[in-house]
Amino acid sequence: MTCITLFRFMIKNKIIGSQFLGVENVLSQFKSICGEDRVSVGQAVREQHGRDESMHRCCAPDAVVFPHCVEEVSALAKLCHLYNVPMIPFGTGTGLEGGVGALEGGVCFSLRNMDKILDLHMEDFDVTVEPGVTRKTLNTYLRDTGLWFPVDPGADASLCGMAATSASGTNAVRYGTMRENVLNLEVVLADGTIIHTAGKGRRPRKTAAGYNLTNLFVGSEGTLGIITKTTLRLYGIPEAMVSAVCTFPSVQTAVDSTVQILQAGVPIARIEFLDEVMMDACNRYSSLSYPVNPTLFLEFHGSEGSLEEQVKTTEAITQSNDGSNFQWAQDAETRNRLWAARHNAWYAAQALRPGCKAYSTDVCVPLSQLPQIIVETKEDLIKNNLTGPIAGHVGDGNFHCLMVVDPNDKDELHRLHAFTDRLARRALALDGTCTGEHGVGLGKRSLLQEELGCHTIHLMQSLKYTLDPKNLMNPGKVLLPFSRESRQG
Amino acid sequence: MDGQAIETQGRSESLSRRARIADRPIRVKPDQSGVVTDGVKHSMNPFCEIAVEEAVKMKEKKLIKEVVAVSCGPQQAQETIRTALAMGADRGIHVEVTGKDYENLGPLQVAKIFAALAKKEEAQLVILGKQAIDDDCNQTGQMTAALLDWPQGTFASEVTMEGDKLKVVREIDGGLETIKINIPAVLTADLRLNTPRYATLPNIMKAKKKKIANMKPADLSVDIVSRLEVLKVEEPPQREAGMKVETVEDLVAKLKEGGTI
Repeated sequence: MTCITLFRFMIKNKIIGSQFLGVENVLSQFKSICGEDRVSVGQAVREQHGRDESMHRCCAPDAVVFPHCVEEVSALAKLCHLYNVPMIPFGTGTGLEGGVGALEGGVCFSLRNMDKILDLHMEDFDVTVEPGVTRKTLNTYLRDTGLWFPVDPGADASLCGMAATSASGTNAVRYGTMRENVLNLEVVLADGTIIHTAGKGRRPRKTAAGYNLTNLFVGSEGTLGIITKTTLRLYGIPEAMVSAVCTFPSVQTAVDSTVQILQAGVPIARIEFLDEVMMDACNRYSSLSYPVNPTLFLEFHGSEGSLEEQVKTTEAITQSNDGSNFQWAQDAETRNRLWAARHNAWYAAQALRPGCKAYSTDVCVPLSQLPQIIVETKEDLIKNNLTGPIAGHVGDGNFHCLMVVDPNDKDELHRLHAFTDRLARRALALDGTCTGEHGVGLGKRSLLQEELGCHTIHLMQSLKYTLDPKNLMNPGKVLLPFSRESRQG
Repeated sequence: MDGQAIETQGRSESLSRRARIADRPIRVKPDQSGVVTDGVKHSMNPFCEIAVEEAVKMKEKKLIKEVVAVSCGPQQAQETIRTALAMGADRGIHVEVTGKDYENLGPLQVAKIFAALAKKEEAQLVILGKQAIDDDCNQTGQMTAALLDWPQGTFASEVTMEGDKLKVVREIDGGLETIKINIPAVLTADLRLNTPRYATLPNIMKAKKKKIANMKPADLSVDIVSRLEVLKVEEPPQREAGMKVETVEDLVAKLKEGGTI
């Protein structure tokens, strides 16, 4: 056992107080790097940094540091590397898969003080931001330039955190996910080395130079390094937007419409699906009167002329698939009203059972398989007496069951876990993935193994071992521990 | 109703308040004469954005004929005018005020400039943001109306044209007040009046072709000498550390000690 692990063990078991000299020594070295008031061992601060917005229980780190710049991050990392202290990067804590839990203790690197927006290049459509910048902050900053960053995962998340989890959102069908929109990253590795995945300051729109390290770190969920800068691809704010709603007699007709809309070449910006359970919940929550049927919520971006054509084509397609009640609007107020159900879905689902906790599943399958998986999933929910209205980014084949469960009902929790496992395996059986956008985090490590197969997982583990041989970077996430792997061969 | 509207912005150069953790707040200058403005991002005052949006909406509803965006300040004020043009204003007027004059430019001086411009352009409507978020004065609109001897609808959260009058719903402490005023009039925009549109890239490009006229306060025969002298600018007192106590009795004792109870 290393010194730090021993100390931590003794402190946790109250054998010694945290005034013990060893831990004090490391903490005082942290303080000399980033300042007296930038290191915290306060219980409230640690607990705040040990949880995210998932249902995973809080796993507080032993200390939280608040560095100001990449040099401090690097120096702190060097220290942690020397003393074998685990490191957990923390952005806004809005993750949904328990990615920030300090399972083996260690130090949480809260990066919120690094909040500069650097190097905006309007004609090149790129900007570089530090981890403390959230997507809404960036878009507010950009508002008078005519540019925006469209990846919208719902929460006002840190952009570097979004890069770390390969976030996506309702706009992905048109603008892509983080994988397509990160041009360069500045990363601090486990031993404190600072690298730039595409070269320092470089921001060409495309490149064929060397291994694609940028996309190695996108989605690595803090297990390969600490992202301290990300260079993002920006887009022009669309000249005009139109929102529309249409109701369908079945899931199949709704998805068929989606496929045909995409095949018709309509550059649709958002296409969201809500099932009838969700529509009912939304009606109740917001006193609306939508028909209680599978419904598509659509959004179109473009010039005035092109919008007219897009809407006309789409309306014709929905009608040919027995869609009805096609409504659309261009002005902001009416658009918000039409989409009210979709915007409030999360809260409406929770309101179905007050006092319960909400958990969102997240699988993604090829479009053609979507009707089958949704129908089978709904049957599963009914059979197991679970509450799970469905909302989905149907243009990507990605959907979420917003599960509402009583956290004190052990049996229901058990049924929930069994259900989510079955759902993920159902998606895998249909050539899909166990996580469309939330990441692997803590809860889907075994599923990842099933999804990728042993050779690919083995390669991922080799990469992890190369970049972080001491397993200090956010241990216990994404990949199952090495020892278990080698035993399973 | 046909007519010109000058849509005017109060103090276009407003320090953009950063809604982030106050780790690097706006800093007071060491000589306590003001705040540091170098390197701070400047953008249109949020209430002025709402004012521009309202003017553009009125034009889209064909209630007014032309929207003119006005800003007073140094060269950079032109960027703010360009944003207004990209949102839909037809042309701009940049009243150039620089250096020490600009630092001392207060609501009364701006109001004089706007009043002079309103007369010169024969405007029927002057719309401003209710206040600038850097100085929080909330005076320019009211002073402009007084100088012009026009009625004012301030803190407007809803504006409708009824014949040749304006019905204005105002946000006041007690709730909402609805008034009817004659045109020409001065309006100041409050938060709930509308949600301003973002300037889109195609519109920014189109806006480059729109005209911005340049002039100085002297061209309008306006004297911008300030009658105010800023004595001191200081930061709010540093928040001191709290004190932990073990029992309620201790708490009460400490509060008594401090004279709070």
